[in-house]
Amino acid sequence: MSGMLKRGVAGGAGRAGDVSGDVQSATAASRSQMSPRTPRIIIGLAVAAVVLALVSIAVGAYTLSLPDLLATLFGRGTSSDRFIVLTLRLPRVLLAILVGVAFGLAGALFQSLLRNALASPDIIGISGGASVAAVLSLLIFGATGLAVSLSALVGALVVAFAIYLLSWRSGMNGMRFVLIGVGIAFMAQAVLGYLITRGDVRDAQQALVWMVGGLGGASWGDILIMAVSLVILLPAVALLAAKLRMLQLGDDLAAGLGVAVQRSRLALIMVAVALVAIATALVGPLAFVAFVSAPIARRMVAGGRLALLPSALVAIVLVLGADFVAQHLIATGTQVPAGIVTGLIGAPYLLWLISTTNREGHTS
Amino acid sequence: MTQAQMRPAHELRADNVTLNYGGRDIVSNVSFAIPDGKITVIVGANACGKSTLLRGLSRLLRPASGHVMLDGRDIHPLPSKEVAQVVGILPQSPIAPEGITVRDLVARGRYPHQGWFQQWSSADDVAVERALHTTDTAELASRRLEELSGGQRQRVWIAMALSQDPDILLLDEPTTFLDVRHQLDALDVLADLNSERGTTIVMVLHELNLAARYADHMVLMREGQILAEGTPTEVVTADRMREAFGLESQIIADPVSHSPMVIPVGRA
Repeated sequence: MSGMLKRGVAGGAGRAGDVSGDVQSATAASRSQMSPRTPRIIIGLAVAAVVLALVSIAVGAYTLSLPDLLATLFGRGTSSDRFIVLTLRLPRVLLAILVGVAFGLAGALFQSLLRNALASPDIIGISGGASVAAVLSLLIFGATGLAVSLSALVGALVVAFAIYLLSWRSGMNGMRFVLIGVGIAFMAQAVLGYLITRGDVRDAQQALVWMVGGLGGASWGDILIMAVSLVILLPAVALLAAKLRMLQLGDDLAAGLGVAVQRSRLALIMVAVALVAIATALVGPLAFVAFVSAPIARRMVAGGRLALLPSALVAIVLVLGADFVAQHLIATGTQVPAGIVTGLIGAPYLLWLISTTNREGHTS
Repeated sequence: MTQAQMRPAHELRADNVTLNYGGRDIVSNVSFAIPDGKITVIVGANACGKSTLLRGLSRLLRPASGHVMLDGRDIHPLPSKEVAQVVGILPQSPIAPEGITVRDLVARGRYPHQGWFQQWSSADDVAVERALHTTDTAELASRRLEELSGGQRQRVWIAMALSQDPDILLLDEPTTFLDVRHQLDALDVLADLNSERGTTIVMVLHELNLAARYADHMVLMREGQILAEGTPTEVVTADRMREAFGLESQIIADPVSHSPMVIPVGRA
């Protein structure tokens, strides 16, 4: 009987001007939750990321040729090449890739969860909470390394739960969550400004990283922290993605389809907060990366998908590209932090988004 | 085919259920059982608690007191997916992510049949195809939801509920925003589902005459209570219409379906 049904469906599609093969491939596509062009986009983005990474490692005050670069990366090459690549440039690029994944996923998760394109962690004060806690631990308690990351995590979680509680009115409302978050983001900026004016000048210089964000201080220790965090958080994202796909249909329908709505949402918020907090502790907020990556990725793959992998790849490209521009293309005496460049990209997008958002305030 | 696919019997029941929003009782101390394998329609004036009762039955709202029982067990502590395999709910205004295609949306109805690690199966394929076919939306499968007309969109949502393949399907005003022709289309799909697959249907409807035409069992509500329940002929009487809606009316037999038909008198 299923065969009969299949024929009926193929016939219907035929009338609509398709061939029956399309039905088969569409079925295969829905099986993997991907549209036929998604794999091509993923490959394209991955290639762009690899090229940008190689260029970022090769180009600088001393530029390596491609063969020299590859030889060095594979463990050969001269000792000066090895120093330049492995000590000076590779950590920066690797950290850019890892925090790109974290920011891109965190933005995609928040925006889908709250069904609002404005709901990215950098807009709604969660990155701000992480920054405040990081600076506080650094300036007041003299913390370093992992302790700063953990403080940032706690700060971001505190902010996330504050917004969650403040926006709760017998149910969750994405817009209320965003508006309260924007208020908290301003408070975080104020506290950050205050802490930095009170701090010692040299510490304050270092703390400035958490106001803008940049990759200049990348170390192998940072890479380890971010990599271990991703090893823990990425499987959680993969497991929660199916629930998030249901939550996109609204709380009632998701619940009717068997999702434990409150529990799933809380788990998703915690994972997204952890991603953005740990990345923020290492490189600062990198304005707008979390905010723009998922919408760009979704525009590319279309079809109402979560586009988690494409979002992560777009974010990698953005961070690598912004850091390259900041290092080499902006002509100033000192290097500009990458966060300035991402801010220059993100701000016009925010304006465009606000001017095109429909009346209900939903865009994604 | 119809015999082979008849469903297992289920009992969904409200026992002294009180439902409230923000401390105000919307449904007070209501008890009733949903007849298995039948079409039940809940009607009543605006704000009489009919949608709230449906939310209570579908586990979306936890009763302040009393219990909703599924097959003799309190529905609330049961695992969400286990309930979702038996009871489906189509809310009044569901949301879809921008750009989603019809097939993708309908496929999401398969969620309760998938495990943590078990991905898409051929049973899922069959259910999705059947849902598209039953609702006559197979031709729309690769279209984006927002390109469709209101009537088509409603059929797609019903298709999603069908791919979930519940034994009991609850629908909150499935005909809102549809013109009369598309209201009939949507209700016919549900009536076919009931007669061919034995799916129990429970829906809230505004349009009394359509309710009387499609219902096996009618539940008339007023101010959070059940005023009357029974066959349409038992429930739809001039006295009851006066009590429930404050409406003067004459009841005649619908010339097409012979179900009772309410002719409002109003001030005339």
